[in-house]
Amino acid sequence: MSAVLFFIAGFGAIAGAVGVVMLRDPFYAVLALVGHLLSLAVLFLLLRAEFVAAVQVVVYAGAVMVLYVFVVAYVGGREEPIGELLRGRGPAGAQLRLGAAVLSGALLVELLIALLGTGLKAVSGDGAPYAPGPRTFGTPAYIGQLLLTRFLLVFEAASFLLLIAAVGAVVLARRRGGIDDDGDMNGRVPTPLDLVRPRETGTMAEGVGTRR
Amino acid sequence: MSIGWYLAVSAIVFALGAAGVMVRRNPLVVLLCLELMLNGANLALIAFSRMWGNGDGQILALIVMTVAACEVCIGLGMVVAIHRRRLPIDVDELRELQG
Repeated sequence: MSAVLFFIAGFGAIAGAVGVVMLRDPFYAVLALVGHLLSLAVLFLLLRAEFVAAVQVVVYAGAVMVLYVFVVAYVGGREEPIGELLRGRGPAGAQLRLGAAVLSGALLVELLIALLGTGLKAVSGDGAPYAPGPRTFGTPAYIGQLLLTRFLLVFEAASFLLLIAAVGAVVLARRRGGIDDDGDMNGRVPTPLDLVRPRETGTMAEGVGTRR
Repeated sequence: MSIGWYLAVSAIVFALGAAGVMVRRNPLVVLLCLELMLNGANLALIAFSRMWGNGDGQILALIVMTVAACEVCIGLGMVVAIHRRRLPIDVDELRELQG
C-alpha cells in the first residue's frame, strides 16, 4: 500500500516539477507547483512527518501560492515561446541554455551517484523503527517540544527573519516617488487621520499605484 | 519503501529546479524553480530524518520553508517593483542594478 502511494505521489511530484519548468504560461507553472507541493506533502506523510506535511499544505500550497497567483495576475506574466526556451537569443544564448540543460543533467547524475552509491547501509533500509503514539516522532507535540527547547534560538531567528522579509517586501513594492502631498483634499473634509499620515498612504490606491 | 527511493525523487526534483533556474527567463518562473530546489532539499532532509528516527531534520525542513517564504516575499516584491518601473519582466533584459 505504501509503495503504491509512494509511486503515485513521487510521479506527481516529478510531473509537477516538469510542469513548472516546461509550461509557458507562468500561471499554469504556479498551478503545477501547487500540484507538486501536494504530492510532496503525501511523501512527507509516508515519511512520518505529519506536522511538516500539514504545514506544507496549509502554509506553502495555501498562503505562499496565493501570493504567487496574485502577483502573476497583477504583473500579467508574459508567456515565453517554448522554442525560445532552449534557443535563446543569438547563438551565444542558445549555447548557454543548452549548456545549462546539460549541466543540470550532470548535476542529477552526480546527486544520484552521491545519494544512492553511498556507503550508508541505512539508505537501503526502511528507516528507524516507528511506533505510533501521541508524542512520537513527527507529531505536532514532538515538533513543538523540539522547537521550544533545543531549537528555541533557531525558532526566534526564523520569526525575526520573517519580520524582516515582510518589512522588506513592503519597502520594495511600495510606490516610488512617495505620496504626492499637493494638499488638495478634493472637497473632502480633513479628518484627524490626515495629520497622522500623508493622504492615501496605507490604502489600496497606494498599493496598486492608481494615483500617479 | 526504502529511503533510497525518496532520495532519488528529491535528487530529480532538485535537478529539474536547477535546470529551470538556469533556462527560464521570467523571474517569476525562476522563483518557482528556486522553490523546487528548496523542496527537493526538504524531501532529502525529511527522508534522512526518518532514516535516523530523529526530529532534527524535520525542524531544519521547517526552517527551510520559512526561508523559502521570506525569499518569495522579497522576490515577488522585486518583481512588482520592476513591473512598476515599466521594465521588461525578463532576466535577460535586466542587466543593470541601478536604482
